Amino acid sequence: MNEMTPHATDIPSAPALSHTQDGVVTLSGEWTLASLLQKPAMRAALLAAARRTKHWDLSAVTRMDSALAILLWRLWGGCFPEDAKISPRARAALERIAALPAAESAPNVRGESALAGGLRRVGIFTLGIARNTLGLVDLLGRLALSAGFLCRHPKSIPWKEFSANIFRAGVEALPVSALVGFLIGITISYLSALQLKAFGADIFIVNILGVGIIRELGPVLVAVLVAGRSGSAMTAQIGVMRVTEEIDALAAMGVSATLRVVLPKVAALVLVMPLLVVWSCMAALLGGALAAWKELDLSVVYFFSALPDAVPIANLWIGLCKGVLFGGLISIIACHFGLHVRPNTESLSRRTTASVVSAITLVIIADAILAVFTRDFGV
Amino acid sequence: MRATLPVPVIDMRGIWSRYREIVIHKDLDFQVRTGEVVALVGGSGSGKTTLLREILGLLPPHRGSVRLFGHDLRAPDALLQRDIRRRLGMLFQQGALFSALPVFDNIAFPLRELGFLDEAWIAELVRLKMTMVELEPAHARLMPSELSGGMIKRVALARALALEPELLLLDEPTAGLDPARGQGFVRLIRALQQRLSLTVVLVTHDMDTLRGLDCEIAVLAEQRILTRGRLDAVRAFPHPAIEQFFNLPSVAGKG
Repeated sequence: MNEMTPHATDIPSAPALSHTQDGVVTLSGEWTLASLLQKPAMRAALLAAARRTKHWDLSAVTRMDSALAILLWRLWGGCFPEDAKISPRARAALERIAALPAAESAPNVRGESALAGGLRRVGIFTLGIARNTLGLVDLLGRLALSAGFLCRHPKSIPWKEFSANIFRAGVEALPVSALVGFLIGITISYLSALQLKAFGADIFIVNILGVGIIRELGPVLVAVLVAGRSGSAMTAQIGVMRVTEEIDALAAMGVSATLRVVLPKVAALVLVMPLLVVWSCMAALLGGALAAWKELDLSVVYFFSALPDAVPIANLWIGLCKGVLFGGLISIIACHFGLHVRPNTESLSRRTTASVVSAITLVIIADAILAVFTRDFGV
Repeated sequence: MRATLPVPVIDMRGIWSRYREIVIHKDLDFQVRTGEVVALVGGSGSGKTTLLREILGLLPPHRGSVRLFGHDLRAPDALLQRDIRRRLGMLFQQGALFSALPVFDNIAFPLRELGFLDEAWIAELVRLKMTMVELEPAHARLMPSELSGGMIKRVALARALALEPELLLLDEPTAGLDPARGQGFVRLIRALQQRLSLTVVLVTHDMDTLRGLDCEIAVLAEQRILTRGRLDAVRAFPHPAIEQFFNLPSVAGKG
């Protein structure tokens, strides 16, 4: 609610309202939104007066803006009172309101039951999933076509964009993925050590950490990090390029946006993700080995020499494959959502959120499916 | 009423502005009185838009004072600052409509900010403003991205006029419009200026806009206001910058 603003502005003549003996309401001074904001009591006075009388004298009104004209016109029920005295300026303002074409009937007031509303939301959600799946397939097809084109015309390979994306998504992610991996390694090693000590099975810490981190935790951890870091950045970048019509400008210059913008990002992430997985697994194993040394008195040298025997090499291949798969998933989802941003800020923020959430969700779903299909390898 | 007030609507004194080492304005004075329509013209880089941004308070000048309606823009009082801003309307060059809001909510935005009007009152006011700028009621539900360039300008004008400000600032009002639409828009601004007795300051390059608005012209050059007056008087002023600006072959015909 608006408070009084005493210092605010110098009103030449404040709005005033008075009742005369014979039931005529007299308005004088400036009746504008600005003057009413400074004397909010006048609105209540006006409303009260309108309930009591039908005789008005506005001959001393020096100024009236359309906001007040609308208010008065509503109070009068959409016509001039019979014996009203109105100053020319006020009359001009009121006549503009009178000349307004009638409002159209109130648009689509939806009166639906809770069941219908729920059904509608489920429908919209399902259609959204279907639309996004179609879009992803479409983008995948375009990427395949672009890749085919590049095979035939290697000169147009966008090396610069490719290396820029490797730097941004890969090199710049090294410190944070190492830190997170290291800390997670310490945590898991410490918790497992407490359990294993109870059973006297200290040696198995190498198996637990090796298989758990290389096969499962490393790829998923890096995928979540990269989805938040690079996936959101890709969606936002492509989305802004859509909003500012840069994508259209590329197309107008005969440059395919899929080839120049999307493909380098997808290729870079597919290349970089397995490397990041290895990097962050190394950090996690180092953290785990240090924690095992502290907790179980297992030397770090022993930890790493026992690792190859405890963990079959298949686990490493599975981890690397997951890296490639997750990298592709994250980048394609990010680019898809970016390309479908509508040109407004609201859509940009929704799409970026949707991009990160769907990327992480799909990564975990894919990981679960892979866990089922690879259950016979490396354990 | 307001015409008798001695306080100028805009009062800028001793303005210095600079971007890094480049001095844009040097000890510039600029006053606008109630009801005046003043066009700022000058070559690119002469600081027209900078001056407009300083009037709005978006950019503090390096040195000098800016007073609007007699109040200093640097006053640290947030309520006073807000109340000054409510008395002016600004039409940005690209419209600066809120892209996430439909046309109706864009125009209603400053009205809702007041927290004083009920929704029916706001709806009626928005309808009136839309009629004022010659928009169809059906346009109310469109999003800014679905509007043509001319419509964006008119919606932005309706939003700038929502609170019926005393001062209207226009940055290149006809840029990006074709000549016919540009002329229509100028006529619209002219009609609204007379009807609402607005004070208008605009930045423009366009000769047709200058003629159509029948305004005073202030020429910015040499880091100051070189001269100020009616079109013919300004044209007669002997200075290379003015010859360059007005005597282009394409505008050889005299207004």
